[in-house]
Amino acid sequence: MADKVKPRVKVPKKAAKGEVIEIKTLISHKMESGQRKDSDGNTIPRQIIHHFTCKYNGEVVFESEWHGAISANPYMAFRTLATESGELEFIWVDDDGSEYTTTAKIEVS
Amino acid sequence: MTGLAAAVLSLAAYHAGSVVAEDKPVVQPPEGSPLDELISGYNFRDAATKALQDDDFENPGFLWVEQAEGLWEEAEGEAGKACADCHDGVESLQHAATSYPVYFEPWKKLINLEQRINLCRTEQMKAEPWKYESDQMLGMTALIKYHARDEPVNVAIDGDAAPFFEKGKEFYYERRGQLDMSCANCHENFSGMHIRADMLSQGQSNGFPTYRLKWQGLGSLHRRFKGCNEQVRAEPYERGSDEYVNLELYLAWRGQGLPIEGPSVRQ
Repeated sequence: MADKVKPRVKVPKKAAKGEVIEIKTLISHKMESGQRKDSDGNTIPRQIIHHFTCKYNGEVVFESEWHGAISANPYMAFRTLATESGELEFIWVDDDGSEYTTTAKIEVS
Repeated sequence: MTGLAAAVLSLAAYHAGSVVAEDKPVVQPPEGSPLDELISGYNFRDAATKALQDDDFENPGFLWVEQAEGLWEEAEGEAGKACADCHDGVESLQHAATSYPVYFEPWKKLINLEQRINLCRTEQMKAEPWKYESDQMLGMTALIKYHARDEPVNVAIDGDAAPFFEKGKEFYYERRGQLDMSCANCHENFSGMHIRADMLSQGQSNGFPTYRLKWQGLGSLHRRFKGCNEQVRAEPYERGSDEYVNLELYLAWRGQGLPIEGPSVRQ
């Protein structure tokens, strides 16, 4: 799944104001550790997602730095407070500089 | 009476690890089966692995399924056709998910799902065949199995398939490799017992393709066959070889009636 990185997120469509909601994310990524060698004995360079951010209507509500020893196709779940209707944005940053993003809408009443 | 209850309880725990409540139901074996009951590999795994399979969102196998949903619609090859142009939705292939491998007259031998997909690609779409263990092939087989979820495995072993079934059975019981072990030595004689830190399952195939945590990815049944063969230090066969396709049929019959779980999650 390395060639085609694809994020998935699960956010409740509706929530009550002040409710704690659980957000689940999963992204396809090889998370090459940098510890492995290819068949010729050369080290395969490290390439992992090293940063993950979640923004809620532009405001960062969750952020994490990732290091080695995180599995391929990493899964991340966290909770946040439903404050207002709008959009959640998810950003994964790769070692090679690319950013994978996706968004999800939430309706808060 | 108390003693008997305790014995039954310990037997259940013995078969299923620590969590009994969440197990998949056991199935009565087909006539002639050497097994008393058919148990999905799911029941042999620990709670965390089961939880990963139980939630389609958390199950990483669905990354491949989603990719394949796109491939299903995508026209490829000189004929300019997609899977969707011939087939009425993936659900229409439910019978294929439960009944393959089947005897295929033009080849005078068995054909499995992967080979059938590639035949569609080369004959109908005039496209390049997919590699057996490619993400596309794994995704497509996972997609087809997913749309047949909970449908019981139902392979035909009579008629033209019979001699190939017998060959598969022979393979299953044949000792091989430096360790001189057959499939049955682990999966029939000692299923439910530990082999070092791992618990031996019945070696059922209803969960394939499976997301194996060890592989960090989705893998085919034939990949697992190769792994098993290598572990007894035998020379493995190629994926899609006659030996493995015959074994695939025999193995499917050993799990005749077990619900399809692909893409499952295993350790």
